Amino acid sequence: MFGKFLWLEWKSFTRSASFGKSLGLKILMIFLALYFSAVFLFLGVALFPILRESFPEQDPISVVNSFALTYLGFELIFRFMLQSLPVLNIKPLMVIPVSKKKAVNYILLKSLYSFYNILPLLWILPFGLVSILKYDYPAWNVLGWMLGFYALVLCVNYFNFIVKKKFNESLKQLIPVLLMVAILAALDYFGIFDIGRYFGAALDYLYNQPYLAVVPFILLIVLYQWNLSDLRRKFYLDQDLKTKSKEVQTQDLGWTRKFGSIAPFLQLDIKLILRNKRAKTTIFMSLLLLCYGLIFYPNDTYQDMPAFFLFVGIFMTGVFMMNFGQFVPSWDSSYYSMIMSQNIPMRQYLASKMGLITVSVIVLLILTTPYIYFGWEVVMLNITAAIYNIGVNVPMLIFSGSFNKKSIDLDKSPVMNYQGVGVSQWLVGIPVMAVPVFIFWLVNKFVGYEVAVGTIAGLGIIGILMRPTLLTYLTQRYRRRKYVTIQGFKQKGD
Amino acid sequence: MITATNLSKIYNGNKVLDIEHLEIPAGQNFGLVGNNGAGKTTFFSLLLDLIQPTSGNIFNQDITVSESEDWKSFTSSFIDESFLIGYLTPEEYFYFIGDLRNRNRADVDTFLVQFQDFFNGEIIGRKKYLRDLSKGNQKKVGIVAALIGDPEVVILDEPFANLDPTTQIRLKKILKELSNTSGTTVLISSHDLIHVTEVCERIVVLDRGVPVRDITTSEATLKELEEYFSSEIVEG
Repeated sequence: MFGKFLWLEWKSFTRSASFGKSLGLKILMIFLALYFSAVFLFLGVALFPILRESFPEQDPISVVNSFALTYLGFELIFRFMLQSLPVLNIKPLMVIPVSKKKAVNYILLKSLYSFYNILPLLWILPFGLVSILKYDYPAWNVLGWMLGFYALVLCVNYFNFIVKKKFNESLKQLIPVLLMVAILAALDYFGIFDIGRYFGAALDYLYNQPYLAVVPFILLIVLYQWNLSDLRRKFYLDQDLKTKSKEVQTQDLGWTRKFGSIAPFLQLDIKLILRNKRAKTTIFMSLLLLCYGLIFYPNDTYQDMPAFFLFVGIFMTGVFMMNFGQFVPSWDSSYYSMIMSQNIPMRQYLASKMGLITVSVIVLLILTTPYIYFGWEVVMLNITAAIYNIGVNVPMLIFSGSFNKKSIDLDKSPVMNYQGVGVSQWLVGIPVMAVPVFIFWLVNKFVGYEVAVGTIAGLGIIGILMRPTLLTYLTQRYRRRKYVTIQGFKQKGD
Repeated sequence: MITATNLSKIYNGNKVLDIEHLEIPAGQNFGLVGNNGAGKTTFFSLLLDLIQPTSGNIFNQDITVSESEDWKSFTSSFIDESFLIGYLTPEEYFYFIGDLRNRNRADVDTFLVQFQDFFNGEIIGRKKYLRDLSKGNQKKVGIVAALIGDPEVVILDEPFANLDPTTQIRLKKILKELSNTSGTTVLISSHDLIHVTEVCERIVVLDRGVPVRDITTSEATLKELEEYFSSEIVEG
């Protein structure tokens, strides 16, 4: 049966509309994966001697243990951002004789083969082996420790799915958890209650009593069962409906009339964002990432690197632009044929999308003004970044959007489909952010700071002035791609 | 007036539509009949420039649909649920379409009054998103939305499918009145021979992409159509 599921998935991968695109992406991912594997492997081999050197009075394993909680915490954060639960379209499976348990088990077990679970193994294994073979540590104890530690990593794997799902369902449910994490972190920071140390001590104890490696495994089984029962409950068609029976209000949004001819589209896009989970997340992310500056501005390391600040500026004012813009026109994928046959000139459609994104850049720019606390240069740079975003990046993202032919399912996020923020979304950011930062760095290094700021702002202004011309070009492009796009959007699923 | 000349569409060497010449005069109630795969939806999609013809052209009032967007202002259509915006309430959807066709809210509200019976109290004021409506109710919204703004050409693909019997009868009345009173060109396709003969003045039968019958509707039409489709079984 598991073989059959795999077969289905292979078919859906090779037959999807975006096969070519995802293949290219896959190759890039494989490259990244190899790189990280090498790094981790190297780390695993070298970790023991390094720790012995840096902490001569402590046992290396104990040092690792004391950082274990922090490590697992970071792993959870990274998994939360990058890893998604394997997807299986369950609707066709509901009425054929496949037990629910089997399908759900398949999904959960398959997640074990994720690269994110292999990566930690690449440092845990060599680290353990080095300590046994080279430094004559007792084999049983190290083995128990390795198993226990790896089980904890897998716990993070399943815990992440639960967190992700709660995040998707409602943010409110996560607040107590976040609060607790914040309190623990604060206690740790002020040295009142060092939870990381206690966790480390527990792992030390596990090392001394290797049979205790069972405990993390029990935890693992508990988390697995939790996921299992959660997913099984979702194995009904009306699961989505139950939560949706709420009454909804018709919204007027009369204030958008000020924007003239693009008003209807603006209203539509605002409703799209407010009423669809997937789109709503982009807003949430934008607000959250406004705090990005707090990491960089106070940090001494970056004070002499204004290019970094420009990067932060482009990122903060453009995060909505990137998250929303790169999926134009996929947001409208479920009704794209209507948009294409209704009384909507393509130019107006694109202009309204660009208008919405431009407004978002300006709003985010205004929200970043409190960073004036770190000096007016920061605000100036953010304004420059915003101008560049509006002038250059908006048309560029709309241009890249013309390649989109993968539909986004807004209506119902199919059960077990947690289309979160994946790696691919971050990749688009590279040209959008790296190019201006590189130009800025170059000019700043060889000419001067003021000229560098002027160059970036100048590029933005040129882009803004050329917008009508760019729009004409983009309109032609979208019209040429129209048939391919419509056909691609008709294909559902991945 | 809609004219198709030398129109063909080929998918992977498979000719799914092949119309040498077809003319639909303004104000006609035009019906398209045929079995699955006969090319009905393909024809409508070509007319709406949603797919590209392999050869030939369609002219909607002398505008080549694949070259200019000007036909959009007087043509409206409902092909399937992908013409609805799931996260809007029906009212919002009507207003949105109204906006696109230069009708303000008051216009749209007045326009909707005549459809109260047709909606049967299940559409307006129900505080539901379109995606949460049943298939039949979604269809009602789509059809009525396609009539907003006095379009000169209305294209409806399978308008009777998924509708309950009462609504089917009401829809027939609406469609007949439409071309009688306002001179709108109405193009519909259907699998239901009875409905289509009742509503349309002219019926074209498609068979594997080729128009094989072009009938001006009369008393005998239903019988003729039934004979045509059952003859296929005999030849079988």
